[in-house]
Amino acid sequence: MNSTAAIVEIRDLHYAINGRAVFDGLDVDIAPGRVTAIMGPSGTGKTTLLRLITGQLREYTGKLIVAGQDMSALRRAGLYALRRRMGMLFQNGALLTDLNVFENVAFPLREHTDLPERLIRQLVLTKLQAVGLRGAAELMPAELSGGMGRRVALARAIVMDPEILIYDEPFVGLDPISLGVILRLIRRLNDVLGLTSIVVSHDVHEISSVADAVYLLSGGKVAARGAPRDLQASSSEVVRQFIGGLPDGPVPFHFPAPDYFGELLARGEDH
Amino acid sequence: MRKSNTLNLGTGAFVLLGFAALAFLTTQITSRGLHFGSAPHYDVTAKFDNIGDLKVGAPVSMAGVEVGRVSRIDLDLKEYKAVVLLRINSHYNQIPTDSDASIYTQGLLGGKFIGLTAGGADTYLKDKSEIDFTQSAFVLENLIGQLLANFAKGSNSSGSSGSSATDAPATPEKHK
Amino acid sequence: MNPFKELWRSLIEALVALGDVSRFLLRLILATPRALLRFESIVRQVFNSGALSLVIIMLSGLFVGMVLGLQGFQLLQRFGSEEALGVAAAIGLVKELSPVITALLFAGRAGTALASEIGLMRATDQLSAMEMMAVDPIERVIVPRFLGGVIAMPLLAAIFSVIGVYGAQLVGVQVMHVDAGSFWSQMRAGVDFRDVTEGLVKSALFGVACSLIAVYQGYYAIPTAEGVGRATTRTVVSSAVMVLFLDYLLTSAFL
Repeated sequence: MNSTAAIVEIRDLHYAINGRAVFDGLDVDIAPGRVTAIMGPSGTGKTTLLRLITGQLREYTGKLIVAGQDMSALRRAGLYALRRRMGMLFQNGALLTDLNVFENVAFPLREHTDLPERLIRQLVLTKLQAVGLRGAAELMPAELSGGMGRRVALARAIVMDPEILIYDEPFVGLDPISLGVILRLIRRLNDVLGLTSIVVSHDVHEISSVADAVYLLSGGKVAARGAPRDLQASSSEVVRQFIGGLPDGPVPFHFPAPDYFGELLARGEDH
Repeated sequence: MRKSNTLNLGTGAFVLLGFAALAFLTTQITSRGLHFGSAPHYDVTAKFDNIGDLKVGAPVSMAGVEVGRVSRIDLDLKEYKAVVLLRINSHYNQIPTDSDASIYTQGLLGGKFIGLTAGGADTYLKDKSEIDFTQSAFVLENLIGQLLANFAKGSNSSGSSGSSATDAPATPEKHK
Repeated sequence: MNPFKELWRSLIEALVALGDVSRFLLRLILATPRALLRFESIVRQVFNSGALSLVIIMLSGLFVGMVLGLQGFQLLQRFGSEEALGVAAAIGLVKELSPVITALLFAGRAGTALASEIGLMRATDQLSAMEMMAVDPIERVIVPRFLGGVIAMPLLAAIFSVIGVYGAQLVGVQVMHVDAGSFWSQMRAGVDFRDVTEGLVKSALFGVACSLIAVYQGYYAIPTAEGVGRATTRTVVSSAVMVLFLDYLLTSAFL
């Protein structure tokens, strides 16, 4: 997996929120040109990891290299320069509500380039065509369905021809058809445009169908890694519970609580 | 693009309205629009025994027409008199040097102002001149004191001259 | 808990909040030169904060002016000085009522709109998305809205004053039969240019305060529905307190 230099290299990452350790020695390599999925139960910090990779969170310890840049050394200018090489698809699309579809996709171009209007128009329409929404260019975000909104956000994310595309839970709340559309787009865009795609999701079966590599996070560390079929065949309890969707296992069913019987009795006695 | 036009129109109209309101406020509501100090002027001093509550900025008028403003008030510690600096509009440059400066009250309860009464001299006031004939402000307590004093004198002296309780309460003073 | 400890804690919290807001203001000021290039955006914000508030400002101005006319007339009548109604109404409006009431109305109408709009952008990740696209949301979203409010406020206050004076005139001259000539001439004699500028300075500063509080609350709103609602309420309350406090400071400073 490390034959070519990883485009994102994470070694011994430690990160805590309010004293609670989110990552406790995390090692991850994202290979270039591949679709890498990051999975895990709720609350394992998948979105936090994305935030660290994109530089939205800064106070970590450990090694974090993104596209050759050491994230701890970056100031704002360097950070913004790096972000122009990345595209991110937020969970709910995060389209700018005061702009229509066309303007939303054109936004990065208008902000960062001096391209003439005709060229911008061509680029925007091309990207919209790639996600199948060229006809919706005049609509406002409020008029789009969830799936459509996400596709527009995807078009926006690729309009600057980034090297890395990051998807934060792209399948949440989508109907099967829209879900299938996004899945296909992730794979096709990655291959056609030569991107590196990082997908955070907990839809195991969906993402496994398009991912080249999978990381399963649990307890602040990597619980399992490998190709999707390797995970299916894994005998690790953590993996089995996650893949099988089992209610109880390494991730307990019960939230920590005092002794049940004791609590029931106590409620009956003192009043 | 049409939306942008209505927007610009609306904003433009609003800003215009705002500035129109500002212009209205500054010109129609105030007495002189922009401040007086820019007009050419000359300064004249006058000394008073008592200026009452005359304030800097109070008007100086002649025959009821405003000719200037009080620009400074000082105390002369040698003669213990109030020294008032009158800033007179250069347009009014024919005020005789023996004119009288008195302190009057605006209306019934208003502020104090200085009234100039023309004298008969041939020479006129110019910058740094001094007005020799002044009359101090009307002080209520003095008036009441005089009233009581007059009542005490009783009807013995009818038609009391000079210090009458009804007209100019303070005696005109001459000083150099 | 110990009431003094509570008080002390609130004091510290207030100081921290003050520090936060001041630093935020500094950020806004530093981003302003770049934001000024987005002229169209600023124009739209002046429209949103100013032109759209015109109706409520003018209505309120009219009614406040009319009440001022009524009350003023009644009061002055006791001293036989009804003719002074013009100057009384004008001074009261220009120096005090207009800046303060305009600011409070602004906070309620435009301030809440700003706070909820920005808070919603925060809650739907639009601000984060902008950051991710290497666009500074402060420059693109916050500063234009801040400047829109700052520009709109003095203009609104001036309009309030004018409509108010008209309202006072309506009641005083038309209804109570105060002499129109005296009404205006006494006003002209009694109102100084300085009074007008003092009122303007007040409303300009109120504009800065209210706009700052509104965008601040929106920017740091907790990204939930409840959070945005709370940001809106806090905007109105904080703006009101700040305006009245500043009013006292400025009035005593001018005296």
